[in-house]
Amino acid sequence: MAGYLFRRLVQSALILLGVSFITFVLLYVLPADPVRQIAGRSATAQTVENIRTQLGLDQPLLVQYGRYLAGLVQGDMGRSYLQKTEVSTLIAARLPASLLLMVGGIACELVIGLTLGVVAAVWRGRPLDQGLMVTSFVAVSAPQFVVGLLLLYVFAVQLGWFPIGGYGTAAHLVLPAVTLGIMGSGWYSRMMRSSMIDVLRQDYIRTARAKGLTRSRVLMRHALPNAILPIIAMIGIDIGIFMGGIVVVESVFGWPGIGQLAWQAIQRVDIPIIMGVTMVSAAAIVLGNLLADIITPLVDPRIRLR
Amino acid sequence: MTALHSAAAPEGAAEPLLRVRDLTVSVRDRGVVRPLVAGLSFDLHGGETLAIAGESGSGKSITSLALMGLLPNNVSVTSGQALLDGIDLPSLPEARMRAWRGARLAMIFQEPMTSLNPVQNIGDQLTEAIRAHEPVSRRDAAAQALVALRKVRIPEPERRMRQYPHELSGGMRQRVMIAMALALRPALLIADEPTTALDVTVQREVLDLLRELQTETGTAIILITHDMGVVAETADRVVVMRQGRMVESAPVETLFATPSQDYTRALLAAVPRLGAGAARAKPLPPATPAPVARLMDVQVHFDIGANFLGQATHRVHAVEGVSFDIRPGETFGLVGESGCGKSTIAKALAGLVPHEGRVEVDGKALAGLTVQGRRAICRDIQMVFQDPMAALDPRMTVGVAVAEPMVIHGIGTAEERHARVADLFQRVGLNPEQMSRYPHEFSGGQRQRICIARALSLRPKLIICDESVSALDVSVQAQVLDLLAELQRETGVSYLFISHDMAVVENVVDRLGVMYMGQIVEMGTRDQVFGNPRHSYTTRLLDAVPIPDPTRRMPPRPERDLDLPSPIRPIGEASRRVRMRNIGEEHFVAEED
Repeated sequence: MAGYLFRRLVQSALILLGVSFITFVLLYVLPADPVRQIAGRSATAQTVENIRTQLGLDQPLLVQYGRYLAGLVQGDMGRSYLQKTEVSTLIAARLPASLLLMVGGIACELVIGLTLGVVAAVWRGRPLDQGLMVTSFVAVSAPQFVVGLLLLYVFAVQLGWFPIGGYGTAAHLVLPAVTLGIMGSGWYSRMMRSSMIDVLRQDYIRTARAKGLTRSRVLMRHALPNAILPIIAMIGIDIGIFMGGIVVVESVFGWPGIGQLAWQAIQRVDIPIIMGVTMVSAAAIVLGNLLADIITPLVDPRIRLR
Repeated sequence: MTALHSAAAPEGAAEPLLRVRDLTVSVRDRGVVRPLVAGLSFDLHGGETLAIAGESGSGKSITSLALMGLLPNNVSVTSGQALLDGIDLPSLPEARMRAWRGARLAMIFQEPMTSLNPVQNIGDQLTEAIRAHEPVSRRDAAAQALVALRKVRIPEPERRMRQYPHELSGGMRQRVMIAMALALRPALLIADEPTTALDVTVQREVLDLLRELQTETGTAIILITHDMGVVAETADRVVVMRQGRMVESAPVETLFATPSQDYTRALLAAVPRLGAGAARAKPLPPATPAPVARLMDVQVHFDIGANFLGQATHRVHAVEGVSFDIRPGETFGLVGESGCGKSTIAKALAGLVPHEGRVEVDGKALAGLTVQGRRAICRDIQMVFQDPMAALDPRMTVGVAVAEPMVIHGIGTAEERHARVADLFQRVGLNPEQMSRYPHEFSGGQRQRICIARALSLRPKLIICDESVSALDVSVQAQVLDLLAELQRETGVSYLFISHDMAVVENVVDRLGVMYMGQIVEMGTRDQVFGNPRHSYTTRLLDAVPIPDPTRRMPPRPERDLDLPSPIRPIGEASRRVRMRNIGEEHFVAEED
């Protein structure tokens, strides 16, 4: 187990290194010039060059990357070009909001998705199942900004049940979390349904029934724990998809998280922030996957980590 | 043993425990109702064993599920009765049926490997069954479970309670199933092919155990099986079923001695019997300096486990120093129980797993061949697998499947290949007009014929038959074995015949090797090994084979070690090699301590 963790952490570090390099190169070859953004339209060529030298952007790509990396391993993600603040401070200030939103979104998609999946599997082939699967298809295909605006209009503007935007109370969290989770709940209900149908066909379910267990006990104690196994690995992967969703949802609801930070930074070509957010997201995805892999053997005794 | 009160029990003497009358079970498929079991009637008395025997599709498993009330959704009992102590099971409401299931009537299934919940430990699964029916505390239920495990003679029962199914061997899992079924002393136990998935020596132990527990508890047993040997060894009375109908019902001695129906006679005639092979006269192919295949000190290892740096720590010695020849035109058999390495040898020979040692095909060593050389060898060696459905691509017509090897090796034009496939179809007893059909339109036996046709398409020198007839019904099995023998006479092809079924092996091979723990422990001609077995493992295998003759029923044998020793060793530690001794006329036997 210790060996496994060690090797996985080394792998994770290598993945993050790769991500940082690719992102850095992509931002370098971008036609937008960050210096122009900082200097403003009226700046002279001399000013522009000064700023460029000052930020080290006149150096060759590898030198720039080397400097960035050297800072990164010491926990220094650089300073924002425009906000003149440490990137790490900016991210640290906004990360809790994003994490909260993410946890809310995941909880929302798991609760809705898994429940509907089990219901659909048990009533397989009946109208209820067919209805749920059509609904899940709509949920998967609906763009998040549309869902978000729709929910805002109905539940905030018309009904007034929830605040229109902002951050602070539990009521503020509901609509963004549902918006974020609704697409995933469509996915999970479909996966859970097929996993459950597969498990219900297994010999050990027949054994459980032959023991004289009640239907609900067969379902909850024998089918569910087995059906959920393949889903766990998916949750790790899901965090990656969530990172994309967070940028959209935070903008729609004015949620002060790193998604909004990233969105503003992209518009202004604020490279250190873009890099910082990308690295934090990548770390979250890598950690999420690692966590899923560590949880699996706790649920499935057949799997041992080596 | 209980034959007394079965054959002799006059009609209506004692009230039977289970009285089945005109039971009809039907499936509803797109509005059409079709019977799967029709008009089945039998009686079962307490303490008695009734075998329901039949080939696949006979409705024997559906009958057992109908009694348990576990039929699939679209299948139901449409008429007739099944009275347990006078109460009709099919018309019981689900809540009452549930209360009886597991308590008054219990069931064990064919596949011990998949019949236990993989993520729950043995103790929980046992106590749960007890607590579903009796208002006892968790602790008391656990104590009862432990008693049940002791009864089925599982070693270290306390430890087993905390173990998960994957940590137990197949035979142990089936014991757990039996413990679970008998924990509440049901009046009726339905055993659906309980030993079919087990090795013969384990089968023997499980059958002995069932018989013993029956004497102790007085449970009546319905034994569902396709194996007439198992029927002869365990049943008091037999119901023979075919295509959902009862063909014959008789006490076991009567059924085997004087079967009254043609179908029963045919079924019994098709059963391979130990000792019958000797009657077959075929000259042994002579030892030649040019064998089709020669294995010299072949080893196959798989590394497992991982240390801190991810390097393997242990090694599975799957095949350890195996040497033998296969002569032109001969059938060489490999027998042994699961995990003994017989299939791994087949894979090494076909170049599908890396091996150490030397494998020669037609005088050329496999190792060090170029890609082209390897392809040429592939043409000489073909395989026929156990499950013909899994071995055929469901989306490819069988004609295309049979032609595919020729396409891969670039043989002939499209017309020539078509003609060859048509010819092969006729050769294996199929109609060439069926070439454009898909695998699911054929029966199991026909599919295996298609696989044989495919193996023949390249005119190979050697065909590896890895459990090729094991999944087939006995009557179909006999036909496929006849076909293989016929093809050998015509084309002179050699077979490497791998099987766990000693009776089948005795009927088809010229020479054979008995494998144990990755090594051959006895090798010789069929007559030498079967007529004069010298290694203790060979005798143990032969003794375990059920004999399809109720008059030769054997007493229970003493218990042996439940599990085979493990072929897994730490890296660097050598496996202990057996030393073979020639005891005359090329009959080799491993020396024993």
